[in-house]
Amino acid sequence: MSANAHNDAHGHDVHHELGVAHGSMSGYMTGFILSVILTAVPFWLVMSGKIGNPTWTAAIVMVFAVVQIVVHMIYFLHMNFKSEGGWNMLALVFTLIVVGIALAGSLWVMYHLNTNMMPSHDMRQML
Amino acid sequence: MSTTVTATSEAPVFYEVDEHPHPEGHSTALGFWIYLMSDCLIFAILFATFGVLGGNYAAGPGPRDLFDLNLVALNTTMLLLSSITYGFAMLAMDKERVKATQVWLVITAVFGLAFLSIELYEFHHMIHEGAGPQRSAFLSAFFTLVGTHGLHVTFGIIWLVTLLVQVQKRGLITANKRRLMCLSMFWHFLDVVWIGVFTFVYLLGMLR
Repeated sequence: MSANAHNDAHGHDVHHELGVAHGSMSGYMTGFILSVILTAVPFWLVMSGKIGNPTWTAAIVMVFAVVQIVVHMIYFLHMNFKSEGGWNMLALVFTLIVVGIALAGSLWVMYHLNTNMMPSHDMRQML
Repeated sequence: MSTTVTATSEAPVFYEVDEHPHPEGHSTALGFWIYLMSDCLIFAILFATFGVLGGNYAAGPGPRDLFDLNLVALNTTMLLLSSITYGFAMLAMDKERVKATQVWLVITAVFGLAFLSIELYEFHHMIHEGAGPQRSAFLSAFFTLVGTHGLHVTFGIIWLVTLLVQVQKRGLITANKRRLMCLSMFWHFLDVVWIGVFTFVYLLGMLR
């Protein structure tokens, strides 16, 4: 109880005790507007087919996704190098490395497995 | 005897001797962040599964036959709006405005429910057309990935309603603020995962 009373008396200290900043109105609005733009543009690119080449469209759409994830991390999840004395960022970096290995490894191995295990001739020749 | 005493006093100390304060919940934010990172790994594996199986249609329908990007865009809008309204709830919470916090949380829940309804409509429509999870490896992976995200949103809404009751009963006490902060991280995290879903599953699916 005394802990609660203490915290309530110093309401502005709660953030520090929770270890995470809550951001500001301008921060949330910046994040929101950036997110709207970063969502609308890839949808528009795919739906209108403005760029004829699907490979290029895919690459651009993926770049937009990565940028939007970073925007969300900064403006909505309030990630920085200082929160929790850097442990948040350390956990994030570790996770990203594991995720990168898992994704790249799975796709790479399974792609090669598919190409190497497939019969080299196509099925029509067997008829 | 004296040698023992000397040895003890000179022995290196491998731990903190003095008790230091552990205020309640001081490590919750970090602990919850680590939980989110483990959740991130679950989604990474589901994305990898979808990446591997996403092209195996088993002569069944593909993304172009099934996905309606207008619906996905609407869904994305709902989740993005719920993210910003949760942000407003947190700002109201910082200013100790109980009523405003509750109102923004309710709006967030409504957007979350709208997202879920649209997703369930899409699933129902697909299953009705015979494109259920058992149709092909692509559809199994699709329903697992998108369904897991949908389940997370469902539990997020249940959690949100629970916290609404808590705030109603006890007000914005420190414990409730901590809980609301955890849910805000969870909610924004789900929005981050959805960026991956609409990009890799829907947009890139239409380009395949």
